[in-house]
Amino acid sequence: MSPAWISPRRLRNAGILGMNSRNIEFIGRYNDRRQFPLVDNKLKTKLLAQDYDVPTPALHFVIREQHEIANVAQQLAQLDNFVLKPAKGSGGKGILVINSRRGQHFIKSSGALLDIGDVQRHMSNTLAGLYSLSGAADVVIVEDLIAFDPCFQGYSHEGVPDIRVIAFRGYPVMAMLRLATHASDGKANLHQGAVGVGLAMDSGRCLNAVQFDRKITVHPDTGRDLGNISMNNWREVLMLAARCYDMTGLGYMGIDLVLDANLGPQMLELNARPGLAIQVANGHGLIPRLRHIEGLPERRRIEAAGRVDYAMRVFSEASLAQ
Amino acid sequence: MSKRLTFRLMVFFIAAIGLLVAALRHMETGIPWLPGQETSIWLVEARVDFSADGGAITASLSLPENPPGFELFEEQAASAGYGFSLLDGERGRRAVWTKRSAIDDQSLYYSAQFIATEEEFNMPRDGKRPRPLPVFWNDAQSTASSELLARASETSSSPTSLTRELVKLLNMKPADQNTALLLSQASASAELLMQLLNQARVPARLVMALYLEDARRRQRLTPMVEVYTGEEWLLFNPQTGATGVPPNLLLWHRQGNSLLDVTGGRQSRVSFSMIQQSVPARQLALAKNSDTLFSRFGVHRLPIEEQSMFKLLLLLPLGAAVVVFMRVLVGLQTAGTFMPILVSLAFMQTSLLPGLASFVSVVAIGLVMRSYLSRLNLLLVARIATLIVLVIFMISVLSVIGYQLGYSTGMIITFFPMIIIAWTIERMSILWEEEGPREVLVQGGGSLVVAVIAYLLMENPLLQHLSFNFPELNLVLLASILAMGQYTGYKLSELRRFRAMDEG
Repeated sequence: MSPAWISPRRLRNAGILGMNSRNIEFIGRYNDRRQFPLVDNKLKTKLLAQDYDVPTPALHFVIREQHEIANVAQQLAQLDNFVLKPAKGSGGKGILVINSRRGQHFIKSSGALLDIGDVQRHMSNTLAGLYSLSGAADVVIVEDLIAFDPCFQGYSHEGVPDIRVIAFRGYPVMAMLRLATHASDGKANLHQGAVGVGLAMDSGRCLNAVQFDRKITVHPDTGRDLGNISMNNWREVLMLAARCYDMTGLGYMGIDLVLDANLGPQMLELNARPGLAIQVANGHGLIPRLRHIEGLPERRRIEAAGRVDYAMRVFSEASLAQ
Repeated sequence: MSKRLTFRLMVFFIAAIGLLVAALRHMETGIPWLPGQETSIWLVEARVDFSADGGAITASLSLPENPPGFELFEEQAASAGYGFSLLDGERGRRAVWTKRSAIDDQSLYYSAQFIATEEEFNMPRDGKRPRPLPVFWNDAQSTASSELLARASETSSSPTSLTRELVKLLNMKPADQNTALLLSQASASAELLMQLLNQARVPARLVMALYLEDARRRQRLTPMVEVYTGEEWLLFNPQTGATGVPPNLLLWHRQGNSLLDVTGGRQSRVSFSMIQQSVPARQLALAKNSDTLFSRFGVHRLPIEEQSMFKLLLLLPLGAAVVVFMRVLVGLQTAGTFMPILVSLAFMQTSLLPGLASFVSVVAIGLVMRSYLSRLNLLLVARIATLIVLVIFMISVLSVIGYQLGYSTGMIITFFPMIIIAWTIERMSILWEEEGPREVLVQGGGSLVVAVIAYLLMENPLLQHLSFNFPELNLVLLASILAMGQYTGYKLSELRRFRAMDEG
């Protein structure tokens, strides 16, 4: 059992990045405010990704006005499964995942049944800005549901596991896998009770796993050993993250992506203010890695592939142990 | 690195300038650092508004004369272009403004300082025994008043007990038909009481009194009745029947017929602003009348109506600094960045515990209502608007229930800005749906903790004294806010959040 508090000195020695430091020294310094709308609006991110050929779940259609909701049943009729997202939602708010249909009903990822009225109300609330920051008017994105990559079979409860990568100046510096649990209601948010699994930068193997800021070794719902997690297309994952930097120019960024069984890594959304919990999941602080990248000469401009290779070498499990 | 140094120098200079100016002001004007012991100096300002017809204007306002419990220290009038004089005559002391011609809206100011005296609140004796005033009733009123008086005098023995009995009869619920008839034709129950007493040959007069509360604006006078007991004038509250002058009551108008006379104007009215001073009266007078730069640009030169507003405004930086401290250094989560300051401002008017209780209960009831609203499938804007209407109903009901139970605390909640309550409920219910009740408690509790801390600091007499009399000290607060804005260390909450890192 861990103690109730940790001393600031130990935290500093562990290289943990705090929120004040993140806001002032990294977000404030490396992220241009003008680029924020690109990542705060998922529709813009998606269109941008299509321009840059960054793989992302296919967009079915967009609902922009309340009156379009009346006819939405016809548009949804052709889709067996789909995901509704508010373009300006934050922290996973307002995302509705429909896995399949049964007669007139839609089946949520949790197994709950919804009728068309529930779906329409969700859309109406989204348009009115219920899920967007400060209640601004919003649009609904209807996109393809990811086909769960079987490599995570048994590791996630009622939800698609997603991968968060932190990229600093285009170099992937830290990564974690987020597994939904019963406690998190199928959502992959750590503070809602999802499991965070720190991943080794060179191999994508599991380093450490936490739930509610406590270390765990098995998934709380399925009982699978988290230590066996590894990914075969790890380099592809990091490549996707590195290319997102070329797309937005944001120096300090969080990239959320998922593994599709057929299409490989797919970018879900970008975050200009990524959270700090990734450090707990990894059992390592971000500061030493960020300072290392910060120390690289400004004129060192290399392609995404080169940055990924550099990060996989410098931040490998072996070099961390030293 | 040099950028950082300039920033630090700037912060240092801002703080130094604030302290320096405050020290200079202290030396120049003699305003003390600590609030004075004699805290009960009231600056009261009467403002007469009317709309002038275009001809000659004479406005005359009744002024307090030896008000019991207070001593008049200093008085002045400020009104551009008007002749001003103080008259002491048959009709008591009056302030008279005159002007050859004026048109449109006019405002005249009279302000005075009153020092609360510690002596017993004895009513001054008048030279000669006053006579009852003549009373004129119509037939129906005359019958009703005679019956009422007959009933009251049956159960009383002296002018004092007669007055008490009459107050009881007038405030009886439900009113009997005699009382109802008389009340329906009188402008106020105080006036009716005065007339009834005079009909019973007991000398009584109508008094207009002012309740003194710090930093209040646009206050009205409250009518009361003074009864001559045979030895002295005794004040009666026509609603409660309480006798004597409470310490925070200033008897403004006691003699003569009218409070305010305006010839040559229409729609005249008088309103009062007041402020309690923590600076000894002598120093305040010095500070105001001396011709230094400080006194000329001091807040004390403003009309009292504005001063009392500034008294509140100058406390806001303190609240803002508390919010920054709690969020940046402690890491407390609050619902809405500066919502806690607004709540703590509301607490200032309601006092802490009743304000806290009513705020929490209204938000809690609102959350229950909101959960029903979410089934109605409304648009967000309409839902918040509905919530505002429901919150107003809820507050009305609470006020009525509170009043019936004998608490005036029910009314207190009306001071809270309606929109803030509605938004708080909306945000909390979204939080509830999305993150669960725990997060609601965390953020709601965090907001309340910040609001209470800000309130406690803003209520502190020393800090109130300093922020109002040395406004430049807010520069020191500004410097500390700037310094906190550059803090890159860990928050207190992060020492707990990252405790898992200690496992090795």
